[in-house]
Amino acid sequence: VALNADYASAIDDGPLERWPDFFTESCLYKLTTAENHARGFEAGLMYADSRAMLADRISALREANIYERQRYRHLIGLPLLKGERDGAREVETPFLVVRIMRDGRMDLFATGRYLDLVEAQADGKLLLRERLAICDGARFDTLVALPI
Amino acid sequence: MAESPPAPLAAPLANAPQHLPRPWPDDMPLSRVPYWVYQDAANYRAEQARVFEGPNWNFLCLEADIPNRGDYRTTHVGQMPVIVVRAADGQINAFENRCSHRGSLIAFDDGGNAKFFKCIYHAWSYDLAGNLQGIAFERGVDGAGGMREPVDKAAIGPRKLRVARLNGLVFGTCSGATPPIEDYLGPDVLGRVRRVLKAPIRVMGRFTQMLPNNWKLYVENVKDTYHASLLHLFFGTFRITRLTQGGGVFVSPDGGSHASYTTDNARDDSSTAYRDQGIRTESQYRLRDPSLLDAVNEFGDDIRVQILGIFPGFILQQISNCLAMRQVLPKAIDQTELNWTYFGFTDDTPEMNRRRLKQQNLVGPAGFVSMEDGCVGGFVQRGIAAAEEKVSVVAMGGSTAESQVTRATETSVRGFWKAYRRCMS
Repeated sequence: VALNADYASAIDDGPLERWPDFFTESCLYKLTTAENHARGFEAGLMYADSRAMLADRISALREANIYERQRYRHLIGLPLLKGERDGAREVETPFLVVRIMRDGRMDLFATGRYLDLVEAQADGKLLLRERLAICDGARFDTLVALPI
Repeated sequence: MAESPPAPLAAPLANAPQHLPRPWPDDMPLSRVPYWVYQDAANYRAEQARVFEGPNWNFLCLEADIPNRGDYRTTHVGQMPVIVVRAADGQINAFENRCSHRGSLIAFDDGGNAKFFKCIYHAWSYDLAGNLQGIAFERGVDGAGGMREPVDKAAIGPRKLRVARLNGLVFGTCSGATPPIEDYLGPDVLGRVRRVLKAPIRVMGRFTQMLPNNWKLYVENVKDTYHASLLHLFFGTFRITRLTQGGGVFVSPDGGSHASYTTDNARDDSSTAYRDQGIRTESQYRLRDPSLLDAVNEFGDDIRVQILGIFPGFILQQISNCLAMRQVLPKAIDQTELNWTYFGFTDDTPEMNRRRLKQQNLVGPAGFVSMEDGCVGGFVQRGIAAAEEKVSVVAMGGSTAESQVTRATETSVRGFWKAYRRCMS
């Protein structure tokens, strides 16, 4: 719960540069849809297998990409503990994201669930070894700039 | 006075009123495009009949989507709902997804497997070729009710499309005048389709992007080789495609379809053209994990990027090892649905699969490159809100629409308008 609250705060209130810090050095972050996930289609809208790739996502948003100013408000639900795999906890958590555009428009942007592998570090800190952000719907309005 | 007997149901509406598009000024060159063409409601309605249902090939689905007898998918030709289905003999049929009775969708799911189709509303049934077969209670109950008028089932059945298959792609056309797809594309563009679709394909994912702009603004963006390395920093900075690299544009004989390509060009490394003009896409930006840019030459030639458009709304894209198809569907004057299919080949190694997964970060709604194409059409749609009578200037590389050996040109954009104006006039 604390991990997710902090995760949402990093994306919604910034700085976005904190986002990669929630992941282990070697990790998997994928943003996809429920249909792709169910059909075994591996591709993601965003796909990163290292913390450095996550950092590149953020630096690209800062320096490379063109998009209208926007921010998110995440509402992250209660985590469901599902089991253990390779020394990490399997956790499933629902999310809802409202997107707030530059002109003040607020829209429900995405709902879905995180399928996580959460790994406890030596100092007790919890990090994401894997986070699959699986959106319930398949249509994305205009573009997806910020991570979910 | 006796009433005249009812006309048989089969009688088609003769000379149905056509929505007339707004005429283009006769003297307007191909290098000028009036902004009302993205805004005018009558023009938008006319496009459905003249472009999408006109003498053109529309992408329907992949053969791989419907491998077995009875497999079907639902899609659209412009705004017309269409069922594509694999028949018993292995042939692929396509017909309008509209019941002959009250106009309901015959199939309302994305796809599945069917022995026949039955409209859910009043149980009228159709075979896999779209022939109207059965009318529930056609003879009524105990001699009462039922159809009293003669019904010519063949004449009122759903409209059927001609189907063409091309290297695993399935296209459909509503017109008898559409030439065979090989002639429609011409040898240059056809060769470029076959170059990419070299082996059986494997779908890796599907995403839909809703664009806040007229469909033509997106298609023009795809055909616009001039913008790619000016808008997209990833292209310019990482030298994936730059105007100073080798390359060119093939345009099909009718203008509507194109294939642009970028070749490796060592001389580009010393070019200062972007820096000298202060263009933002040549920057010091670097990736911390450059494995994203780790491309291999899988096609045995020196082409790094190939973007291919088939009129009116299909795109086949190769950016390094990132392969995708895009289907452009109009939903309203200023709403466009863009359906992405990311793919690889069935014989990809695990390394190639991983490479594609990483490079797919470049495209799609969240693509390091493509996200910008998602918003720029909306910027134009908003920018021209009060400029209905003004025109855009599409004059890079002249005012004609032939193949050119440079990408600092808008020749394939003019090709689109050449084909479009012929359909609409």
